[in-house]
Amino acid sequence: MENSPMPAKQALELYFLDNRARLLEIASFLDRIDRYKDSAAAKDDFRYKSFMKALKLIIGTEKDRTINVQLLFSDLTAEPIESAAGLKAFGAWEGTFSEGN
Amino acid sequence: MKVIDPHIHMVSRTTDDYLALAINGIHTITEPAFWAGFDRRGVDGFHDYFHHLTVTEPARAARFNIKHYCWIGLNSKEAENQKLAGEVLRIIPEYLDRPTVLGLGEIGLNKNSRNEINVLEMQLEIAAKRNELVLIHTPHLEDKLKGTRIIMDMVLNEKRIKPSRVLIDHAEEHTIGEIKEKGFWFGLTLYPNSKGSPERAVDAVEAYGSDNICINSSADWSVSDPLATVKCANEMRRRGHPEALIQKVFYENPKAFLSQCPKFKAG
Ligand SMILES: [Zn+2]
Repeated sequence: MENSPMPAKQALELYFLDNRARLLEIASFLDRIDRYKDSAAAKDDFRYKSFMKALKLIIGTEKDRTINVQLLFSDLTAEPIESAAGLKAFGAWEGTFSEGN
Repeated sequence: MKVIDPHIHMVSRTTDDYLALAINGIHTITEPAFWAGFDRRGVDGFHDYFHHLTVTEPARAARFNIKHYCWIGLNSKEAENQKLAGEVLRIIPEYLDRPTVLGLGEIGLNKNSRNEINVLEMQLEIAAKRNELVLIHTPHLEDKLKGTRIIMDMVLNEKRIKPSRVLIDHAEEHTIGEIKEKGFWFGLTLYPNSKGSPERAVDAVEAYGSDNICINSSADWSVSDPLATVKCANEMRRRGHPEALIQKVFYENPKAFLSQCPKFKAG
């Protein structure tokens, strides 16, 4: 560990406004999904579900929040896939919500 | 302060960016071969690209007294066309011999497919046979953890390649611990929007220590910032980290990794 000599209270002051703004962006993003048509279909998407689960993880854990969110969004399987042709990354993993996970 | 950016794609940047690098103390850069944003149609496209990396960019950089080095390889996004991949692998050695080429890179995985693994294996064989340094691209987003693990297993199974001669790039919070534990160098990429911010990169230095870490801009044809490294250094400074530690992360570390190739001389 090579922590900054800065006390936590000073870090709070330094980063509070930036992160307050980010929180409002998230609230606004979720309001937008609520407000737009076919909201239920969006909320059924694995990306939305992962997102909501991540928010719970952030407030429900005391440490390693970043790693836990990264793991929640990760493909946790080990087997290579047959072909990557035409595939893209989504930023969340559908398997998080399949049986056994 | 002096900074080395070990991962930047200057073929996609303007000459104004070279001036910006120079006046901000970034006098040494290394450019890995990567995807052009579209799949190239044939091996001639790779000849032209490798010429661009080994002749055109070093000359463009030299006008600003910047030392430009590069890495040659076939990126994983073009691995699905196995016939073309085979042709490209055959021309790679002639470019590895050029005076500013530091090794194989950026090679790795994108979606963790069998074809990607096959092409990576063949490039690791070239690296092992020639004792080249290796710069690894890891997948983005949900594929990163799985891909990083597969890549590390492959390299560790190739006993002729020492982990200390491999830099695993685009590491993030959930992969750094495993990479470091296995003795590899790791890179953190500062990419607005989609990858790491200066704040998170400095958090990683604080949480994992300053050994074996290199921080890069990966600036390319997408939304990115060639001055991201100096901005991140400034974030370390604003948190009160000592100048010597900042110099270690942004200059001494990349210099130590890259100097394992005798062609490399830091500016
Ligand atoms: Zn790159």
